[in-house]
Order: sequence, then C-alpha cells, then structure tokens
Amino acid sequence: MIRALAVGLAFAMGLAAWPAGAQRLVTSLSTHRVQITANFTGAELVLFGSVERDAATVARPGSYDIVITVSGPRQTVVTFRKARVLGIWMNTDSRTFINAPSYLAVLANRPIAAIADADTLRRLQTGLEQTLLPQEVGGDIADVVPGDPFRQAFLRLKVERGLYREQVNAVTFLTPALFRTAIPLPDNVPTGAYEVDIKLFADGAMLARQTTALEIVKAGFEQFVADAARDYGFAYGLAAAMMAILTGWLASVAFRKD
Amino acid sequence: MQIYLPIAELPVNIFLILFMGIAVGFISGMFGIGGGFLMTPLLIFVGIAPAVAVATVASHIAASSFSGVTSYWRRRALDLALAMMLLAGGILGTLAGVWLFSVLRRIGQLDLTIALSYVVLLGAVGGLMITESARAIFRARSGRPAVVRRPGSHIWIHGLPFKLRFKQSRIYVSVIPVWAIGFFIGFVGAIMGIGGGFLLVPALIYLMRVPTNVVVGTSMVLTLVTMASATVMHAVSNHQVDAVLALILMVGGVIGAQFGARAGQRIRAEQLRLLLGILVMMVGLRFAYNIVVQPDDLFSVRVIGEL
Repeated sequence: MIRALAVGLAFAMGLAAWPAGAQRLVTSLSTHRVQITANFTGAELVLFGSVERDAATVARPGSYDIVITVSGPRQTVVTFRKARVLGIWMNTDSRTFINAPSYLAVLANRPIAAIADADTLRRLQTGLEQTLLPQEVGGDIADVVPGDPFRQAFLRLKVERGLYREQVNAVTFLTPALFRTAIPLPDNVPTGAYEVDIKLFADGAMLARQTTALEIVKAGFEQFVADAARDYGFAYGLAAAMMAILTGWLASVAFRKD
Repeated sequence: MQIYLPIAELPVNIFLILFMGIAVGFISGMFGIGGGFLMTPLLIFVGIAPAVAVATVASHIAASSFSGVTSYWRRRALDLALAMMLLAGGILGTLAGVWLFSVLRRIGQLDLTIALSYVVLLGAVGGLMITESARAIFRARSGRPAVVRRPGSHIWIHGLPFKLRFKQSRIYVSVIPVWAIGFFIGFVGAIMGIGGGFLLVPALIYLMRVPTNVVVGTSMVLTLVTMASATVMHAVSNHQVDAVLALILMVGGVIGAQFGARAGQRIRAEQLRLLLGILVMMVGLRFAYNIVVQPDDLFSVRVIGEL
C-alpha cells in the first residue's frame, strides 16, 4: 500500500516537472506558521504570486488561470451511514477513508471546469470532486466512483464544517501576471503541517507549479495542555482530578455557614 | 468572550459555559445530585464531541461532589464503611465502563449507546419518581397518612450470604448487592458521563433500606471517587479530558450548587422528587426523540487516526 502510494507520488511529481518551462511562479505567503492561542477564532492568510516569463517566451493570447490547493494533515476517517433498525436510527454501514486531508481548500480565479478539461483536472487532482479519497475495501485500498454516496457525504460534511471548500472566485489578478488570494482558516482548523500547491494554467494546460509549506500549531497554554493530555495522560488525569477536588474544597470553604 | 478549548479544539463562549455550569449546579444543589445527566447532553448540544463531553463532565462532577461531601462529613451524615464497600464495586465498574467506552468509540456505536442508556435509565427512573411522588402528594392532599415501609421488612436481597453490619446506616446486609450496585453505578457513569446519584439514592433507600439522612452523603462519596478515577482513566485511555472546559464548568457548578441547596430547602420533599422526576423524564424523552425520529443527516464522519 505504501509502495503504491510512493509510486503514485513519484508519477505525480514527474508530471509536475514536465510542463514547467518558460513560465515560472513566484509566490509569497503572509505567514508560514499560524499559532492557535486561547483567543483563536479563525484566521485568514494572504498569498501573493506573480507569473514570471523569460524573454524568449511569447506572450500568450489567453489569460492565465491559477488554482491553489491547500491541504491539511492526513487522517483516517470513517464515514457512517444510519439506517432504521427495530425503530431506532443507528449506524449500520461505514467506509474508511485512508489519508484524507483534514483540511482542503481549492481556490481558483474562475470555475475549475472551465480552466482545463476533465482528464487533466483528474490527473492533477484539482478540485474537490477530483481529489483522490482512497477507501479501505476489505484490506485493499481503492478509490471509488465520484458518485459514491459515502464519498459525496464525506465531502458534504467536511464542507458544512468549513474544513473543505472550493471557491472559484477566490483568486484575484491585480495585473495580468500578479495575483492574490486569501486562504480562510476556520476556528476548528486542525493543527499540523499543511501544503500549499499553486498551479498555473493557460489554455487548459498546466504551465508551472509551485508548492510551499504552512504549519498550524497550538501555542502557549493551549499547546501545554494539549501536549500534556496526549503525552502524559496519567499525570494529566491526576492533575484534572486534583483540580476538581481543590475547586470543590474552595467552594465549601468560601460558602461555609457555620 | 471566546476562549479556545485545547482538547475539544474549538472556541466557545466562556460566559455561556459558565452559565451552563451555574444552571446545572443550581439544579444539582437543589436535588442533591451531580447533574451529569444534564451537563453531558448540554455540552454535546453546544458542539463539543460526545467523547470530550463525557470525559470532562466526570471531573466537573468530582468537584461538585467533593464540595457536597465536605458539608455532609461535618454533619457526620454519611456512612464511610458502606461507601467503601460500594466503591470496591464502583472502581471495577468504572474500569469496565471506560474500556467499553473506548471499544464503542472505535466501532462507531458510542453515540447510540449513550442515547439508548439515557432513554432506558432516565425514562425508568423518571417514571418511577413521578408516580411515587405523585402518590405521596395525593395522599398528603386527601389527608390519609403515608404508608411507611417498616425498616424490618425483608426482600430476597436480605437472604444473601456474606453479611456485614454497617453501624452508621444501622443495616445488616450481604456485601454482594452492595458490590453489584457499586459496579453498576460506576459502569453506567463512565459510559454516560453521569455520577449516578439519581440512580444510587433510590437504590440505597429502596433496596438496601439505608436511612435517608445518611444516603445522600454516602452516595456523594461514591460519586466523588468514581468520577475522580473516571477522570484519570479517561485521560489515560482516551486523552479526551479538557481541563480548560472542566475548570469553567467547575467554577460555575460549585457557585450554582450553593444557591440551589438553599432553594431546595424551601420546597417539600415529595414536590422536590416530583420536579426531579419530571426533569429526568424530559431528558430521557429528548434522547428517545433523537433516535426514533429520522435524523436530518444520515451520514456522520469520525476521525480514527492521524498521520
């Protein structure tokens, strides 16, 4: 399974390298490290980029298209489906998605279907519908048809929670070669390492691609509590229980009548 | 004012949570219960994952019951020997409950199990309390004297072996039902995120014939220890105890409990039981509605592993 993924990855990278030629992308992200502190209620990052063209390249008659894909740390996620059993609604069926991005934002300057043909988009995994979401099927890993109800439900639920999004007017061209976009991070954004993948298209073909990294971390007290809960479960539990006893004791002293 | 919860991983309004703590604390002080059966559903309702809610409420109940235990201890209104025997079963029950909690979480049936347990237990206990207290009120109205159960009346439980004498409670009973009750309370408490006071108090009064003056204090000792150990066990096995959320709930809870206790003293006992019965019944019915009526969304997602 890991080898299959590695081969797939190498293949994708080979494809990415191939069309790169005369155009080059230069991008800048407002920050590469987002800190979640006690007053975190979401954030918005700004990405600027410019399309550089060497002297030998002729100017293209059509304008450029930009698709930016921001993906969060990978997770294994189960999607459950409820059905009525003996008058009660319970989870009866489920699918396990392997390596699904916890956060996925696809930002483009116009509808993705208009930027390139369906084959190209699928090969480059551009757009929510085109993103591979491999499922575990009886020990094997396979992607399913796009119309699969579990896949559709998974995408829909992620979109409802603000963790997946596809915005077709999110990239603005300031000049024909200079663009800007805002990457929205909701308040429930997962922490971890993010990848920002910027693709340049013109006339339905990808001309250049660039990736940059982004990190979302809990900071200060939030980080301390989360780390303690994960790494020192027993001590953390004891501390929480002691805190309960102390609070209860303080209350009984403060409100003591006799 | 929003505050980001480090384990629940979402921001909440600190005043909303504090208010919930005070409101549930008021009810718990009024009826002498932990209030977990109200707090856990409320937390789930504001968007906190059931696993985090159940684990965090355990520490919240530990705080309010410690405050209660100290006041009952000063009045010597608790039976420590009986509490210790209940605890022997309670700790085992909590361990089993936390284990089952992890298993159910993994196979995706935790939410349904929590909901079903609420329906069955709260429906049954609420129904019993309503009929019993309504009868008592009716009797008082019609002027007939209450039928007092004589302390000496025996049921099959009193025929079991391994008898022990509990001096404070003035009872002489087998330890087997005591352990069984303790185990059951610890078990359902760990799964449902409740202290179990509303189950334990009637069980001790009707099954064990424990006098009412020591029963609440004794029940609180059991609640305190099972909930404090459930906090530690949930922290070890599920890493789902949110200390920030717990602290806000505790502070609200212990303040609300003090005012609730004062309000409770002005209401007559059977009316108090009727009110509590209606409250318990309503929570149970709310859960029944949830699992019987077709949900808006048949699908749900759960993260089972990070990479």
